[in-house]
Amino acid sequence: MTLLKLEPRREQSRGMMLAAPVIAVGLTLVVGAIVFTLLGHNGLAAIYEIFIRPLFNPYRWQDLLVKAAPLAIIAVGLAIGFRANVWNIGGEGQYILGGLAGTGMALLTLDMSGGWILPVMLVCGILGGMAWAAIPAALKTTLGVNEILSSLMLNYVAIQLLYYLMRGPWKDPMGFNFPQTAMFSADQTLPYAVPGTLIHLGIPIAIAIALTAFGVMTRTITGFQVRVVGLAPKAAAYGGFGAASTVWLALMVGGGLAGLAGILEAAGPFGQMVPQFPTGYGYTAIIVAFLGRLNPLGILAAALVLALTYVGGESAQTTIGLPSAAAGVFQAMMLFFLLATDILVRYRIVSGSPAAARTAQPGGTGTAGTVTGEAAKPKTVTA
Amino acid sequence: MAGKAMAPRLELKDISKRFPGVIANDQVSFQVPAGAIHALLGENGAGKSTLVKIIYGVQQADEGEVVFDGEPVHIGSPKEARALGIGMVFQHFSLFEAMTVLENIALGMDNPPPRRELEARVREVLKSYGLSLDPHRYVHTLSVGERQRIEIVRALLQEPKLLIMDEPTSVLTPQEVEQLFETLRRLASEGCSILYISHKLHEIKALCESATILRGGKVVGSCDPREESARSMAEMMIGGSLKDLSGKDNCTYGDDRFVVSNLSAPGEPPFGTSLKDVSFSVRSGEIFGIAGVAGNGQNELLAVLSGEEQNDVSGSIILDGQELAGTSAGARRKAGLASAPEERNGHAAVPAMNLTENAILSARGRMGLASGGIIKSGASRDYAARVIDAFSVKATGPGAAAGSLSGGNLQKFIMGREIMQNPTVLVVSQPTWGVDAGAASFIRQAMIDIVDKGASIVVVSQDLDELLELCDRLAVINEGRLSEAMDVKGISIERVGMLMGGIHGGGEGAAATGKQEGVAA
Repeated sequence: MTLLKLEPRREQSRGMMLAAPVIAVGLTLVVGAIVFTLLGHNGLAAIYEIFIRPLFNPYRWQDLLVKAAPLAIIAVGLAIGFRANVWNIGGEGQYILGGLAGTGMALLTLDMSGGWILPVMLVCGILGGMAWAAIPAALKTTLGVNEILSSLMLNYVAIQLLYYLMRGPWKDPMGFNFPQTAMFSADQTLPYAVPGTLIHLGIPIAIAIALTAFGVMTRTITGFQVRVVGLAPKAAAYGGFGAASTVWLALMVGGGLAGLAGILEAAGPFGQMVPQFPTGYGYTAIIVAFLGRLNPLGILAAALVLALTYVGGESAQTTIGLPSAAAGVFQAMMLFFLLATDILVRYRIVSGSPAAARTAQPGGTGTAGTVTGEAAKPKTVTA
Repeated sequence: MAGKAMAPRLELKDISKRFPGVIANDQVSFQVPAGAIHALLGENGAGKSTLVKIIYGVQQADEGEVVFDGEPVHIGSPKEARALGIGMVFQHFSLFEAMTVLENIALGMDNPPPRRELEARVREVLKSYGLSLDPHRYVHTLSVGERQRIEIVRALLQEPKLLIMDEPTSVLTPQEVEQLFETLRRLASEGCSILYISHKLHEIKALCESATILRGGKVVGSCDPREESARSMAEMMIGGSLKDLSGKDNCTYGDDRFVVSNLSAPGEPPFGTSLKDVSFSVRSGEIFGIAGVAGNGQNELLAVLSGEEQNDVSGSIILDGQELAGTSAGARRKAGLASAPEERNGHAAVPAMNLTENAILSARGRMGLASGGIIKSGASRDYAARVIDAFSVKATGPGAAAGSLSGGNLQKFIMGREIMQNPTVLVVSQPTWGVDAGAASFIRQAMIDIVDKGASIVVVSQDLDELLELCDRLAVINEGRLSEAMDVKGISIERVGMLMGGIHGGGEGAAATGKQEGVAA
């Protein structure tokens, strides 16, 4: 009896590591076309509407950049955490809190004017995201609470906080009882980077952040710390990098950048705070981070791909009547195919009998007690 | 055994194995007769491991023939090797700490019999070889010697005709070593051949009747270890004359430089050992040894001294009058306290990073490899290159991944990285563990050299010979307690062995070893 099993590759191909996201996107398109055909839509048209057509429309390109900017900013922050094995899933909540904190400052300064207002709002946004991320950080470092759960659950709290503020204290008194804040003043609105387009200042900021993060990760001790903690936590402690300081660092960077993305959205495209503010950027950014190989430069490219699903998904709703969930389906498929291709980059499939698989056990080279994960991998038997 | 009485148990004919860029085995041929204890000697990277893996079916030879009991065989996997009657005990055990001895044995077998039957067989093997081991004990409560016995029992249950032992004594007390030797001699007298890999030459002299010496993948000689001296064998291994450790005698001790008093720390649950009231002091120019069986708090002590472990630590650590307790690992390094833990991969070094980055890991502060938080890549590369050069690390350069180095070479790099920072106090665990004779002697000499310049060294080692050779004074750690320090001159091995086995208090893991006394290696 033969069955398939996974065997770790001795050497992972760097080329394949980089090709995996491209393959994942390709597979998403093919399988997406099949799935939507089976669901009774025109599958090929759906692919064309979502992934191709926006690219030929200059106006859609602007929209693409506008949507890619927050994705990239959040994903860069999350990726730094992911590199250090700090799994911040709370980007969405930190994004909302950033938006809210900045909005709070905007409402306080509504009657004032001056060039200082917008920068102060941005700082408040960063601090708001950091504050929200500080909760999982504190829980993790003091009580050992898993940050995946705590950061994820705080997303729902953040949404409820947003709804409360919109329907209560922050409701625009002149707003005909609509649950939304007053419009921001000119001094509180993000200027356009390219006048006459949709391209606001958030886009160059996103690019600058990704480039800075790339430099920090490769050239500084802080980036080195993040990488060492992710690769070998014990070596990090040996090298003098505390585990707690890394958790704080990762969550503060992740929360701060998500908060910045939040206030940039609020002060940019929205121009006010509304209950429809959260659009899932915080979750999509997780896909962006992995599709971009946790590399800030890769994230810039990945953000454009995921932004395409938003932009194309919206236009496909009107042009060929695809359900609004289509974009989410494509995003999810992309993540699944990425995870699957990643497995094949790291492992190869071999066929072998179950007995042969067992022989690996006594030959393991792991030290006693560490027979988990990598150490428990089957011994390679070249046949 | 019957029928093929004349044929050797194992014969290798012109075995060659190439890896990209290196010939691991080059036309290796030798024989092991039935019932013989045969040593395989060689430096790290000489090709011993590859050869053994070929015999055990983990790897396949590119050329050559393996003949077992007179029959040419193809060994495609460890399972096939075991079916032929080849057993192997690895240097690193693969045991699950949270399972019992019996469960671990069952996991390692190809077709484990029902539990009751297995237990009966295990008890029978234990009894007939005079091994003490409780099948129902959890592995995490066992000493290293007992853990090794699990691996040996696993192998013996298969009734092997050839047993391969890879560096089996590196973590045993002298008493445990002697007991292991008795078991092996007994096995050999029953006709089982033993292929014994070790770098401890006096052990080979005591145990083996023939030896094959490998160097650079080739057989460079064979000898009867009983008629050679340890030194002559070492010289055959490294292909040159061995240098004596020099400068050890003319050192002068200064004042107490590193004073540790009443250090206590809880062990990490569930398997850690708590440190209890550990006190010792080291003078400048002195090497202080800490002997003991693995798992008696050595790793905890090292982590507490280096500053990696801070939780609930009480007591004081004073370096040159400066209190270090409560300060971070980085601050201690800055104060002149360098350390090198036992585990190289993933603790003292990051395997996935290159040597330059691994130099930054611990030397960035003292060697100025970063300023203002920015890495100085040129200076870092230079420092890594200097370490590689000064410590003769075999690597393609500072850009080589730490994981691509052999154990001995990585250890040379790590020791070089720490020593070349000119620490005031160096705390090091198992500096020459699994390292070949040439490299070990090199590392020891480097340690003596910095002591001569006035530094202090604390060496934690399970290799008693090494401690006796290096240290001026030593103490024994058992169950987290440190004995009084003893002068190495005129020390009683017997007494050290008994302290290692837990003379004060009857430790669980030590109960078995405490019984046989008076057998020094």
